[in-house]
Amino acid sequence: MTPRIAIHGLTKAFGPKPVLAGLDLEVGVGESVVVIGGSGTGKSVLLKSILGLVAPDSGSIRLDGVETVGLNGAARDRMRARFGMLFQSGALFDSLPVWRNVTFALTAGGAIRAADMRAMAVATLARVGLGADIADLRPAALSGGMQKRVALARAIAARPEIIFFDEPTTGLDPIMADVINALIREQVTALGATAITITHDMASARKIADRVAMLHQGRIIWQGSVAALDSSGNAYVDQFVHGRAEGPIQPLPR
Amino acid sequence: MNRLFSALIVFLIGIGAATLEVFAVVGRMARFAGTALGRGVTPPWYPARLVEQMAIIGWFSLPVVGLTALFTGAALAQQIYVGGSRFNAESTVPAVTMIAMVRELGPVLAGLMVAGRVSSAMAAELATMRVTEQLDAMVTLRTDLWRYLVAPRLIAATLMMPFLVLIANIIGVLGGYGLAVSRLGFNGATYLETTRRYLEADDVISSLVKAAAFGFVIALSGCYHGFRSSGGAAGVGRATTAAVVTAFILILMLNLIITVLVFGA
Ligand SMILES: Nc1ncnc2c1ncn2[C@@H]1O[C@H](COP(=O)(O)OP(=O)(O)O)[C@@H](O)[C@H]1O
Ligand SMILES: [Mg+2]
Repeated sequence: MTPRIAIHGLTKAFGPKPVLAGLDLEVGVGESVVVIGGSGTGKSVLLKSILGLVAPDSGSIRLDGVETVGLNGAARDRMRARFGMLFQSGALFDSLPVWRNVTFALTAGGAIRAADMRAMAVATLARVGLGADIADLRPAALSGGMQKRVALARAIAARPEIIFFDEPTTGLDPIMADVINALIREQVTALGATAITITHDMASARKIADRVAMLHQGRIIWQGSVAALDSSGNAYVDQFVHGRAEGPIQPLPR
Repeated sequence: MNRLFSALIVFLIGIGAATLEVFAVVGRMARFAGTALGRGVTPPWYPARLVEQMAIIGWFSLPVVGLTALFTGAALAQQIYVGGSRFNAESTVPAVTMIAMVRELGPVLAGLMVAGRVSSAMAAELATMRVTEQLDAMVTLRTDLWRYLVAPRLIAATLMMPFLVLIANIIGVLGGYGLAVSRLGFNGATYLETTRRYLEADDVISSLVKAAAFGFVIALSGCYHGFRSSGGAAGVGRATTAAVVTAFILILMLNLIITVLVFGA
């Protein structure tokens, strides 16, 4: 079966600094892949490349077998309509109330069918554990964890086929993190979405993932099932999974 | 002496480099404006965004612009009275105040004040949206940044500035009138009648044309520098400063060009 997303030889440098250096990754239909890796290794750049927010220097990104690198205009928009994305920083629109943020994917910024949209936003907020009372607030009035959940609600509101979660549980308390983990799992299991999640939180990775892939120095250096995570035989993965300062990954000046 | 000379050379080189930079920026901004207008004329349109920007730019600038015009109009009347009295020409106060206000100071001062408020705010807002990935999020949610963010700002500023300048002109003239009547012994009715008699359609039209042009560059400068920003919080600060400075220079440059075109012939 053609993978939903197939990335081959993806490279991207910012100035002289290579970030992605020939990355290969495939994600099957309805599969949940978790990407782990140190800070600044290009995990967010990977997701943004797939969405066409960052133009790769070379390589191929196929969606259901169709090349997407270089897509523009209407074709790019049609492609993006299949995606939902939770940005690492939340990226809520601070000039709009919470509920307009949540429905932005459906209205693309327009002011159509306000009453329906508001009801729909409230229902989606409930799925991430937020009450209707915050629907009319501005994002700036919310705590960091609540902003993250609103961003999550915005990412799943249009029920996209493919969802990217960039550090969904960072900054949340362990209980809320588990709620989010369950919600992400539900998107995949119950709604059949394909997901790529970036996380540093190994507990979260174990909950969410069908498969884990480790990004290091611009490449996927290991991938395997969650069960294989503890017996990977890969020194890099071991160091990361156990959070050790000593090992092949040098945390200090690179 | 030699030291002074080399300091002067360095100073002139600085001016030369700054001038070249201004032309380079103007070129890039013209391209930016072209793209924005090209996209902005085709749907989808966002009328709610336009109204929002019109309120931010027009309504909330009124107090600042009004006060500026009031003080300047009054000061003008005083200076023209003092200057004119040397030639026994005190009676020119109403006409000259009005002409100075409507042709030059109304649009220029309103332009500078609105640039200080609006160019900086736009640049800061858009640059912050870039830093916080809001622009990425908007693109991902299939919303065209040119149509949603840039076009409403450009249109709103271009439409609202003529209103602001019209009001600035009226308040400026009234400022001069107030000072002339209360302190310089002018007769109120005569003052207004003289002002009206010397007022010409060209004055008003050039004033409003200037206003619209300034409004356009105010928003353009804010959007351009906001979009181009990079480098976190420091980048937001740089974008804000650059937006105001560019808007100031462009306003004063355009003012000279329009003045020479309209009144120099
Ligand atoms: N737009 C950009 N311009 C320049 N450098 C960038 C840009 N986006 C990311 N980078 C750089 O690429 C590297 C990887 O970033 P990122 O993908 O955000 O890392 P992470 O794995 O923590 O998500 C970082 O060193 C970052 O500074
Ligand atoms: Mg990241």
